[in-house]
Amino acid sequence: MNKNYMVSLIAVIVLFLIAYVGTQQGAGLQLVFGIIVPYLAVSLFVVGFARRVMGWSRSAVPFRITTTCGQQSSMPWIKQAKIDNPSSTLGVIVRMFLEIVCFRSLFRNTRMKLNGGTRLTYQLELFLWIGALAFHYAFFAVVVRHLRFFTEPVPFFVTLTEQVDGFMRMEVLYDAVQAGLPGVYMSGLVLLAAALYLFLRRVFIPQVRTISLAADFFPLFLIMGIALSGIFMRYFAKVDIVAIKALTMGLVTFRPTIPEGVSGLFFAHLFLVSILLAYFPFSKLMHLGGVFLSPTRNMTGNTRQVRHVNPWNYPVKVHTYDEYEDDFREKMIEAGLPVVKMPEEQA
Amino acid sequence: MKDKKKILAGLVIFFAAITFPFWFNMGKAAPAPELVLTAKAKAAKTCVMPTAFMKAEHMQLLDVWRHNVVRNGERAFVNAEGKLYTMSLSNTCLDCHSNKAEFCDRCHNYASVRPYCWDCHLDNPKGE
Repeated sequence: MNKNYMVSLIAVIVLFLIAYVGTQQGAGLQLVFGIIVPYLAVSLFVVGFARRVMGWSRSAVPFRITTTCGQQSSMPWIKQAKIDNPSSTLGVIVRMFLEIVCFRSLFRNTRMKLNGGTRLTYQLELFLWIGALAFHYAFFAVVVRHLRFFTEPVPFFVTLTEQVDGFMRMEVLYDAVQAGLPGVYMSGLVLLAAALYLFLRRVFIPQVRTISLAADFFPLFLIMGIALSGIFMRYFAKVDIVAIKALTMGLVTFRPTIPEGVSGLFFAHLFLVSILLAYFPFSKLMHLGGVFLSPTRNMTGNTRQVRHVNPWNYPVKVHTYDEYEDDFREKMIEAGLPVVKMPEEQA
Repeated sequence: MKDKKKILAGLVIFFAAITFPFWFNMGKAAPAPELVLTAKAKAAKTCVMPTAFMKAEHMQLLDVWRHNVVRNGERAFVNAEGKLYTMSLSNTCLDCHSNKAEFCDRCHNYASVRPYCWDCHLDNPKGE
């Protein structure tokens, strides 16, 4: 039991219940959870994101602090690692692209281990990389798929994503269990599984548990809650999808309405998504924008070719030892201290 | 620093991408589709199951029907009120709802759903 993840878990459950109970018949807060909160969350996301990134753009970047993952450009007969230690803008673009799309920094993850009790070894540890890839791409597919609720007519790339995502037809039909319709999307299940893995990793690996805070667990639980409520709505509780699309289309065309027959589960799902959006600019999730500004990745490693001078260096007034000796020569000689230049009359 | 313009450009591209649903639907009203019931469906008043159930669960029901007919050779369906129906998309569902374009397709297109019923079934078995 750890207070960091218990607090986060309880927070997500409470948030879910607030929206679920608040939109039941009688409570009647559909207007709040269906229109006001989503609009507020989106504006908070946009403004907060812009402020955060513009704040970063003002930070000082005086020197090249690229990490060297290969040989820097030096002598013509020494082979340079053109992508891992680029000296040209093209090389930097390739390195950034691979970093953002393939998470190469995570691929380099190693684990230190004592082999046989005495021999220290470093082993490639790929599970974090695999988990992160699965998580991010599944999340991306889920977001693209959800555009079907926000566009009319639905554009081709959304239907294409749906078809690719749902090409495994997993239908279970027994008298007791009937599941698999409408068509099962892999991305939802992968997203949930990957988020679960990333959570369990923080709980069971002692070194990672030590550095895990509530701010690490909360987004994971939030995303798990979103995925779970979405999966539950699609395959088990079976909500009225046309009414929901009428609501979401109302939001994006600025003609908000609350149609009849939208279930509390949907409002809870929408509320958790709104919380995620509103929380985004203030949290570690800002690595979405931050990865582009990674100073160790997005600069050329050309410290041997170009002299980088700190741009805000101003001319410093210095008082050299020679000047100091000129000031105090007589006193120094009187005190018997050695001087570099003897006065002329004594010489 | 000197990268401020590049960062601003990136931010503008990002916001253009995430506001896609807002500008894609700009100025368009997209009302929820209205279903058209045929005269026969109106006269029948009730479907095989209550409307709320059919709205949310028809795909599951049809899948169970298919399973019972194709795997078990069983065609009789008795609903909660004890009324007997034949499990058949072409002969039972499409008997009343003979207007696929105005009944099935409107919602399916709106929700971007592509059921594979029509891979095998004719949408107008009587050829009307």
